[in-house]
Amino acid sequence: MKAKTVDKIATYVIVVLALFIVALLLGLLGFILARGIGHIDWNFLTSAPQMLKGGGGIGPQLFNSIFLLVLTLIITIPLGWGGGIYMAEYAKPGRITSFIRLVVEVLSSFPSIVIGLFGLLLIVNTFGLGFSLISGAMALAIFNLPLMVRTTEQAFRAVPKEQKEAGLALGLSKWKIITSILLPVALPSLITGTILASGRIFGEAAALMFTAGMSSPPLDFTDWNPTSPRSPLNPFRPAETLAVHIWKVNSEGIGPDSKEVAAGASAVLVILVLAFNLSARWIGRVVYRRMTASK
Amino acid sequence: MNSNMKPRRPLREKHYWEDWTGRIYTSICVVFLIVVMFSIVYFVASKGLTTFFRDGVSLREFIFGRTWNPSAEPSAYGALPFITGSFTTTLLAALIASPLSLCAALFMTEIVPGKGKKILQPAIELLSGIPSVVYGFIGLSVIVPLMRTLFGGAGVGIAAGCLVLAVMILPTVTSIMADALSALPKGLRESSYALGATRWQTIYRVIIPTVLPALLTGVVLGMARAFGEALAVQMVIGNAPHVPTSLLESASTLTSVITLSMGNTTMGSVHNNALWSMALVLLVMTFVFVILVRLLERRNRV
Repeated sequence: MKAKTVDKIATYVIVVLALFIVALLLGLLGFILARGIGHIDWNFLTSAPQMLKGGGGIGPQLFNSIFLLVLTLIITIPLGWGGGIYMAEYAKPGRITSFIRLVVEVLSSFPSIVIGLFGLLLIVNTFGLGFSLISGAMALAIFNLPLMVRTTEQAFRAVPKEQKEAGLALGLSKWKIITSILLPVALPSLITGTILASGRIFGEAAALMFTAGMSSPPLDFTDWNPTSPRSPLNPFRPAETLAVHIWKVNSEGIGPDSKEVAAGASAVLVILVLAFNLSARWIGRVVYRRMTASK
Repeated sequence: MNSNMKPRRPLREKHYWEDWTGRIYTSICVVFLIVVMFSIVYFVASKGLTTFFRDGVSLREFIFGRTWNPSAEPSAYGALPFITGSFTTTLLAALIASPLSLCAALFMTEIVPGKGKKILQPAIELLSGIPSVVYGFIGLSVIVPLMRTLFGGAGVGIAAGCLVLAVMILPTVTSIMADALSALPKGLRESSYALGATRWQTIYRVIIPTVLPALLTGVVLGMARAFGEALAVQMVIGNAPHVPTSLLESASTLTSVITLSMGNTTMGSVHNNALWSMALVLLVMTFVFVILVRLLERRNRV
């Protein structure tokens, strides 16, 4: 009898706490959207921020975030997919492989601020790239690579063995099998993993403060020449991203509407990250359908 | 006959080159990872150790010194306030998040498997997707005012910091715990029920002891994340450079000091090097967490 009462109480406690987490999430999302969404309009999304007076927007920051994401992916995809393929197809169980695994594990558990500082020391100062988009993209690539290697390895390991055997039976070389048989099959999970990683890149700020910088020069959105200093496409200019902007506005914002700007920017950031997560699933499914005969 | 044999050689040669490009390309990617990891360790360590070897700050003063005053004469570089700040917030966050995560994981796997997973899994994934600056913003606009009205004072401090951190590490801890629980062999549960045990008895006496190392792995990984988190904590903790005596007092962590001061100090100054030493402490703690996780995994395998 007593055991049953205890069981009931325990069940109630567990259910209540689990529902509390769901409520917490709904509360958080509701709060961010309710606080911020009223502030979002076309002007807010496109105009430049105002430090002293109200009415500033997040246009350059939004652009920087997206541009930085593209640059980071250009660096990460070849390196991350390559590393993952090595781990899934070439690595033989043994000392060296477990050492590489340890390296990936350590690299993925480094705090992002440490990677930011490393970027400041090596990329910004020693390589002389300064506070720039390209420095930021390199730091983010370091931050992102271990995750990418891991998801790629999993994606390749998940490919049915028969596919590889069929390739061997056709007398193809190993690399040919990887690129023309395994890669297309693994592609949906690769894309899903990459987009999910992008969501993380998008919200990252600590690694960027010391690499991409905390300011944005006035941009001229009519100048598309990547070498001119005012061009938005110039990868060697400093760039403040959306996440860094939220941090800056919250901690040192002195404008009269800094609270509202922070709320609006947070809402935009969260909506974009949610969009990344949802589209990752959707695109993964679509590509899967394209690549395979299944419906 | 002979003409049939001819294409074989070029084909083998083609295979040879294809295989070599593949092997070399993927190996380069992996070597790059290794190089990056070692250069991070090397650069941060060489910078961080300068404080002790060249600037003459003793390790003792750095770790146990209670005063942090780089601009005074003579300057003091005691990092104890930040070290205690980091450890307190991390431990408290883990204390708050672990039971909640365990309940969520049990809910998903033991109480209502299937349905529970459908409700909680997306919630957990979304929680983990929210960027840390947004958590900081929420902390600043909800938790800090709440603390202020509930307990008085400024509202910023250790308590606000560890609450924000707890929510941030909740998804990490929960998903690892849920994975561990769902990987359990089914027979274990069923034989416990067959003996007439209630669900709670099964959970408490059979399931939790069996997966304890894996559950602890989740907690350690959550703590690793909390220890290295910079911006969200910096926004709500108040950033006062002294050892806190109460949870409501303003304090600092290693990450928050680095965030705030790194940009305002000149490279090569003692102050700047002391910040690098703090980064080195973060680095060393990362290794401690990785080793802990490895030890727990080894126990789990037996």
